[in-house]
Amino acid sequence: MTLTSFVRKSAFRNKRRSILTVLSITFSLLLLTLMMTVWHSFYVDKGDAQSAQRLITRHRVSLTENMPIYYREKMRTVPGVVAVAPTQWFGGLYKDDKPENFFAQFGTDPAEIFKVMTDFKIPDDQLAAWQRDRAGCVVDSELAKKYGWKIGDRIVIKGTIFPMNLELTIRGIFTAPQPTITVYFNQKYVEEAVPFAKDRAGTFGILADSPDDVPKVAAAVDAMFRNSPEPTKTESEKAFQLSFINSLGNVKAFILSICFAVVFATLLVSANTMAMSIRERTREVAVLKTLGFTRQSILRLYVSESITVALVGGVLGCVLAVFLVMVLKNAPGMGFFFLGMTVTIPTFLLAMFVAAMVGFLSAILPSYHAAKLDIVEGLRYTG
Amino acid sequence: MAIPISYNIRNLKLRKGLTIMTALGIALTVTTAVFLMALLAGLNKAFKSSGDPINVLVMRKGSTAELSGGFDASLFPTLKTLPGIAKDAQGEPIASGEWVVVVVLPRKDGTGEVNVSVRGLMPAGLTLRPGAKLLEGRWFTPGQREVVIGNSIHNRFSGTNVGDTLDFAKGQWKVVGVFDSGGTSYDSEIWGDVNQIAADFDRQGGYGSVYLRATDPVAADALKNRVSDDQRLKLEGTLETDYYEKQTSSGGPIKFIGTFVAIIMAIGSSFAAMNTMYAAVAYRSREIATLRIIGFSRPSILTSFVLEALLLSLLGAGIGIALTLPFNGHTTGIGNSLTFSETVFSLNLFGSIPVTFPALHFNHVVIPALSFSANVLATSVLFALVMGLAGGFAPAWQAARQDILTSLRA
Repeated sequence: MTLTSFVRKSAFRNKRRSILTVLSITFSLLLLTLMMTVWHSFYVDKGDAQSAQRLITRHRVSLTENMPIYYREKMRTVPGVVAVAPTQWFGGLYKDDKPENFFAQFGTDPAEIFKVMTDFKIPDDQLAAWQRDRAGCVVDSELAKKYGWKIGDRIVIKGTIFPMNLELTIRGIFTAPQPTITVYFNQKYVEEAVPFAKDRAGTFGILADSPDDVPKVAAAVDAMFRNSPEPTKTESEKAFQLSFINSLGNVKAFILSICFAVVFATLLVSANTMAMSIRERTREVAVLKTLGFTRQSILRLYVSESITVALVGGVLGCVLAVFLVMVLKNAPGMGFFFLGMTVTIPTFLLAMFVAAMVGFLSAILPSYHAAKLDIVEGLRYTG
Repeated sequence: MAIPISYNIRNLKLRKGLTIMTALGIALTVTTAVFLMALLAGLNKAFKSSGDPINVLVMRKGSTAELSGGFDASLFPTLKTLPGIAKDAQGEPIASGEWVVVVVLPRKDGTGEVNVSVRGLMPAGLTLRPGAKLLEGRWFTPGQREVVIGNSIHNRFSGTNVGDTLDFAKGQWKVVGVFDSGGTSYDSEIWGDVNQIAADFDRQGGYGSVYLRATDPVAADALKNRVSDDQRLKLEGTLETDYYEKQTSSGGPIKFIGTFVAIIMAIGSSFAAMNTMYAAVAYRSREIATLRIIGFSRPSILTSFVLEALLLSLLGAGIGIALTLPFNGHTTGIGNSLTFSETVFSLNLFGSIPVTFPALHFNHVVIPALSFSANVLATSVLFALVMGLAGGFAPAWQAARQDILTSLRA
């Protein structure tokens, strides 16, 4: 019998207990992996290269305030600015006011939006068709898939902020590196129907020459409007997105505290099991020692046994997490929260590391005691 | 005959280490659940208790929140003359034209900026919100750049004491008072004169919403319908209570995540409890056989072991709730710096985080206090008991079904 098979056999000698322990670790690691996946998509995922080249300008007061459209032409004069496109949040309802039917609608300039969002792909003929039709729109491919939209379909969006309804014809379908759940339409449509929307923009998307230019451009744009009645705040696209997550509250602390609780609970469970199973085998340890096993080898045996159990739980948990993220992505009622999230390899490896650490830490104390055991005492032990 | 419960207690004490470790595992799950429930309860409380059943909120038709909308100021006099509106001491109808806008304020601990609601209101707006009481200072004076600060904001943002000046929109605003509305969503607002606010945000000549105070609930209902049915107005009346009731749905994602996290942790803990109980049964198989011989029936053994599992989980619940005690002072929200609290609750916003252009659809900006109500605590105890039952039943079943002779021989 090799050492590996000995470890494997002892790890599952009490099948029910090992299975329960594995399951307990599985569910904890599932939660941990999910939390880390959310963390990753919020804070680690830097987006693609083009995103690093983009900036967003908003009104300094808050995102709900508008800016005059002429800012756009002034922004163009800033060195390092390649393209500027205005966007206006429409905030309308499609079908009903259920959250799962919510998506973003932006009024914009069809001539330039795709010059700013350079990583959005749209066939040239579709883009041209949209640019010709003032009541046309382009939709995100994920969104089109969700609703079964095709080119030529008509969609009606009920206004909540603007007292009007949009009756749009789908002229194109674009694909983005990350699903955007967005519909873009020509802002002129709203401007013609609603006087107060005329010549105003909610935000400006700016494409800079290079990622290095981004801080310079941000500073220059804000400096340009500092003393105007409507000052601006310009930041990188990533920073802009982060401010949304931050406005939800201290999400970081929230996720971290859940992760901490989960890991600690797992540690308790696993330590409990190891303590139980090692105590049960007091005589066995004595026999092993009689056979000539050293303290170190006994310590190593039990620690690797515990790590094996924890890793099995960890792998199961990760697999379940991958599966769950896939299910949740398309679950009704989840909105688009999990869209674009995947369990990445680093997340997986980190989860495995945590599982192994849990296994190691939970075995170290009982194994140490077992290794130190006096042979005669151990043989006398009756359990 | 039932086995006395002291038998179970002694058994739990005998294997202290195992008991405490298992109970701690349950405790951590309970703690997490309590926090999530407290947050949700705080949020619900903020919305549920907001609103007065005799206040009618008037918004433009199609508008879903006070933040999105606006209509011409010329409609205000018409609204004011509608029947059923209560009169103040001077015989004037109690009606307030208002604007709600969002500004960005820096957080006290310097961890970034947070969106905060600013409400511009008429003096009548204070009359129709008798629940809002001044804690310090005085109310704002119409025509002045003065603001009063809701208590939750006062606790969490710097520069919000009486005498301070806040810098937003087109200049400086003097803080003249701090008010408290008893945990409603108003506590997360800054109030000022509607004309001053409208001027600063370029919204003169209109109102985002109008509040009317009816004489009684029946009149409120009639008033609401009258506003909505008038074709010329193109406005919609809602009872203020109904409006906030609807906003509670924005706690949906938090509720989902909370339930999800709690259930997964509970499943994990149940397995752990099962492990402990199986071990307890295995250790005591001779003891159980002896009990059977003395005359204790199978059902009483089953009950006894289930009870033991429940005791274990109760211990866990006790420790779990004790762990949340240090945060209990935070219910009042005084001087606290609790994490995950400044929160823009908006489903739509929440639903669109991974979006390249994050969606902007503010419904309401609310800072809920954690609410460790008796209800929350009772639910968490129940939650722990369910874990104990789930973990304890199968081992107890096994204990009760054990064959006496084989167990004695073991």
